[in-house]
Amino acid sequence: MPKDHGIGASQKRREDVRFLTGAGNYTDDINLHGQAYVYFLRSDMAHGKINKVDTEEASKMPGVVRIFTGADFEGIGGLPCGWQVTDKNGDPMKEPAHPVLAQGKVRHVGDPIAAVVAESLEEARTAAEAIELDIEELPAVVDMKAALADGAAKVHDDLSDNLCYDWQFGTDTETTDKAFAEAAHVTTLELVNNRLVANPMEPRVAVGDYSRANDESTLYTTSQNPHVIRLLMGAFVLGIPEHKLRVVAPDVGGGFGTKIFHYAEEAFCTFAARQVNRPVKWTSSRSEAFMSDAHGRDHVTKIELALDADNNFTAVRTDTYANMGAYLSTFSSSVPTWLHGTLMAGNYKTPAVQVNVKAVFTTTVPVDAYRGAGRPEATFQLERVIDKAARELGVDPIALRRQNFITQFPYETPVAVAYDTGDYEATMAKMEELMDIPGFPERRKASEAKGKLRGLGVNCFIEACGIAPSNLVGQLGARAGLYDAATVRVNATGSISVMVGAHSHGQGHETAFPQVVAEMLGIDESMIDIVHGDTSKIPFGMGTYGSRSIAVCGSAMVRATEKIINKAKKIAAHLLEAAETDIELKDGQFSVAGTDKSVAWGDVTLAAYVPHNYPLEDIEPGLEETAFYDPSNFTYPAGAYACEVELDPETGEVTIEKFVSADDFGNVINPMIVEGQVHGGIAQGIGQALLENCAYDENGQLLSASYMDYAMPRADDLPHMANYTVDHSCQTPCTHNPLGVKGCGEAGAIGSPPTVVNAVIDALQSGGHKVEHIDMPVSPSRVWAAMNG
Amino acid sequence: MYSFDMVRPTSVADAVSALGQDEAQALGGGQTLIPTLKQRLAMPSVLVSLSGIEEMKGVCREDNGDLTIGGGTTHATVAAEAAAHYPGLAKLAGGIGDPAVRNRGTIGGSLANNDPSACYPAAALGSGATIVTNTREIAADDYFQGMFTTALEEGEIITSVRFPVPEAAGYAKFEQPASRFALTAVYVAKYADGVRVAVTGASENGVFRWTEAEQALSSNFSPDAVAGLSVPADGMISDLHGTGAYRAHLVGVMTKRAVAAAS
Repeated sequence: MPKDHGIGASQKRREDVRFLTGAGNYTDDINLHGQAYVYFLRSDMAHGKINKVDTEEASKMPGVVRIFTGADFEGIGGLPCGWQVTDKNGDPMKEPAHPVLAQGKVRHVGDPIAAVVAESLEEARTAAEAIELDIEELPAVVDMKAALADGAAKVHDDLSDNLCYDWQFGTDTETTDKAFAEAAHVTTLELVNNRLVANPMEPRVAVGDYSRANDESTLYTTSQNPHVIRLLMGAFVLGIPEHKLRVVAPDVGGGFGTKIFHYAEEAFCTFAARQVNRPVKWTSSRSEAFMSDAHGRDHVTKIELALDADNNFTAVRTDTYANMGAYLSTFSSSVPTWLHGTLMAGNYKTPAVQVNVKAVFTTTVPVDAYRGAGRPEATFQLERVIDKAARELGVDPIALRRQNFITQFPYETPVAVAYDTGDYEATMAKMEELMDIPGFPERRKASEAKGKLRGLGVNCFIEACGIAPSNLVGQLGARAGLYDAATVRVNATGSISVMVGAHSHGQGHETAFPQVVAEMLGIDESMIDIVHGDTSKIPFGMGTYGSRSIAVCGSAMVRATEKIINKAKKIAAHLLEAAETDIELKDGQFSVAGTDKSVAWGDVTLAAYVPHNYPLEDIEPGLEETAFYDPSNFTYPAGAYACEVELDPETGEVTIEKFVSADDFGNVINPMIVEGQVHGGIAQGIGQALLENCAYDENGQLLSASYMDYAMPRADDLPHMANYTVDHSCQTPCTHNPLGVKGCGEAGAIGSPPTVVNAVIDALQSGGHKVEHIDMPVSPSRVWAAMNG
Repeated sequence: MYSFDMVRPTSVADAVSALGQDEAQALGGGQTLIPTLKQRLAMPSVLVSLSGIEEMKGVCREDNGDLTIGGGTTHATVAAEAAAHYPGLAKLAGGIGDPAVRNRGTIGGSLANNDPSACYPAAALGSGATIVTNTREIAADDYFQGMFTTALEEGEIITSVRFPVPEAAGYAKFEQPASRFALTAVYVAKYADGVRVAVTGASENGVFRWTEAEQALSSNFSPDAVAGLSVPADGMISDLHGTGAYRAHLVGVMTKRAVAAAS
């Protein structure tokens, strides 16, 4: 019988009561007395020299409080990048200034030029239309290869060119070249990992508040990591000491990475509130979100795979151009390097793996981490080239993968990471079973009888989650630690508040985290609440991204709870007049081993706060403990995915008929939540594979600037639940964290795009179409063009 | 949006009078106009809502068999009330947008706007409908004059649309993946005196009749009749979602499917 309590129970999400009844408290729900509204006047051209921003007339418009321009931010810090990448010559990456409001030039459509603070948003907007601009248009820089050509217009005039860094990683060139020279077969594939807009349901919002009496600033913001924002904005941009700066990220309606970063609008609202001495609020419109939220992916790659005569992989070499956009967003530089290059070994024991990445500035919106961040890009190229190799060699793509699997753990890859544990054969076998691979030919026949083509695609992937340890990432260029923190505060009557550094913006922490503490203490989850998202309430934690929350912050919570148990046992030993070593904790009761003497959890907690009968000479009163946890390694979730598509040869339309994911997440706290995370990840992965496309024209105009042109996945784009199985029964627990957990937030988005594209190519090949690749999104028009090309 | 005044007359006469004001703009279901106003792409001084005019609402079978639909009738009402009289038209109406759009958007609003990817222009042109305004009657063949362009004069209101009911009609829509408007859609209607075929979503000139297919289908109303026919890619819309060649190809596929779906 499934558990209904503690670790492993599919408890319903307690936070959904407020979300589903409209009782959530999102940043836009926060309205402060006397607040003013800001409207950002944004560039409508991709690249231009600012000759004049004249606000004189606009300042006289009704309701205007004050208008700010780039000049108001002279001498104030720009938005920092949180990761310094060193290029292959040993030089630091180029790091251009990123002003809060544009100074000298505009560099992408949406770059903020001026900010109007007014009594109402409509008045601010009307006044913004009266600002006189003289901006001289400069050539747009859109295509990455053209951006690196001689004579290309420079995005940043003070840099020598548009190359941010040229990075090389993994096996040395001589060894790699030798492996390719000696290969029996080499498969090459050029592909694009399409640019995406994250599109969380809740757009970004910032409310800045300032108390002149206390010289204290507060920023309410839609963030995945309030302490990171406090550190970056306080220390690097505005120079506000941390004890005078509070950052609150209340209920947040989805992030997917794009709410990790520190944005200009956050710094602006905090700054402006101090300048005008009243709260200043900004709520992004959906149109603004398309041109100001950091985009994701946008890699152009050539990958080569070398195999010996027995079809063993002998080398992988990749050359990638990674679009940075106009400025370096907070973690942009790390995505194509450390979050991408380190995954290029995949699930395979390839002895030589070399990764080359050129990061390029263009006059487009900055690009940064989006669900998976680097790992989907790595998986996509590797799993696509393996599929192509299987077809070229005439071997079964599942068998080719299987024969090259890593089977011994721990395993040190040629790209610097050490997989602690895994069982790729187990997830592959589970996928094959659930997919009913032997039944595929019959299903293909049934599709063909309807005039459709049917394809089967498979894919294996590995992730690196819970990025760590801090001392290692520091050597790699990270300008932050990557630990997390939790404080377990036990109240006098035994209820518990757990203050965590992780932030929940849809993940369900408020339900899953108490399950862990409840299991450890043997008490009911209803006695435990999670507090998150407010730097004035929680310990300094690093927030939620990279599938890290349960693996890193959950581990901190376990450590803090262990401290609580140790102290509670001391108190219980005193109350029971027994030796501490004889005290056992079970089902919320402390008992003396081998006797019927016991005290309840509540007796101990009350004694801690009403210490009348208490060992005051040995221990302090109270029951509250904090732990910081810095993992010793990444975690390595892995999986095998498969899907079947039907393709309409008349229109090129692709539908997903069957989908199976077999994931190894290690131990699982709440299976229902994990399955929901995978469902959501797969929906986004299918969105990338079939629908989503953030496109610029040659003038740097954003073509897909609204939902009229940017296709989000909808329920009817996904397979029917009857043909959709999400499995996580293969479990090799992580060896280095106390819960044995690995993280599940990104798996679906990493594993599904190559699965879908592999299936589409298989369908086309079955119909006699010699199509080797179609770039995502594999839209009907692209499929039709490939069939008729 | 910019500030504006709003009136909600209860008769066509009052609406016409209100539209005589400077910078007045008629408001049907608002499915295009309201987003346009929110983006500040239009600045009317007064919005004249047509939603309070009862004489412009409803579906009515005429004595001669024609179906008359009030200009202010929502897509949802057409989907429900035309089903018994003109199932092909009802099905088209039931497939426009999503339930929110269908419960606000009106047939008059759609035809007045004449979006090149909208569904109703295909039904009106494909049925040889008559657009009835406060001043005159306009044959569909004269009404559609290119993307977002119609024969309507300033201040003229579509009070109703009169559809001759065909023996059979079908609509096949291939949706643009993002907006789910028609990337290319074809309406086919079979009348005693011949077949009409209207194509929306594809052409840079908006909805058009495919006369070659009409002739072929008039002699043989079956999907096979159009198998060898094609329209040229010249003049077809090319954008993020498909080239002109792709749309031209879809015209043939969707015509075939519309015939197969005709009832």
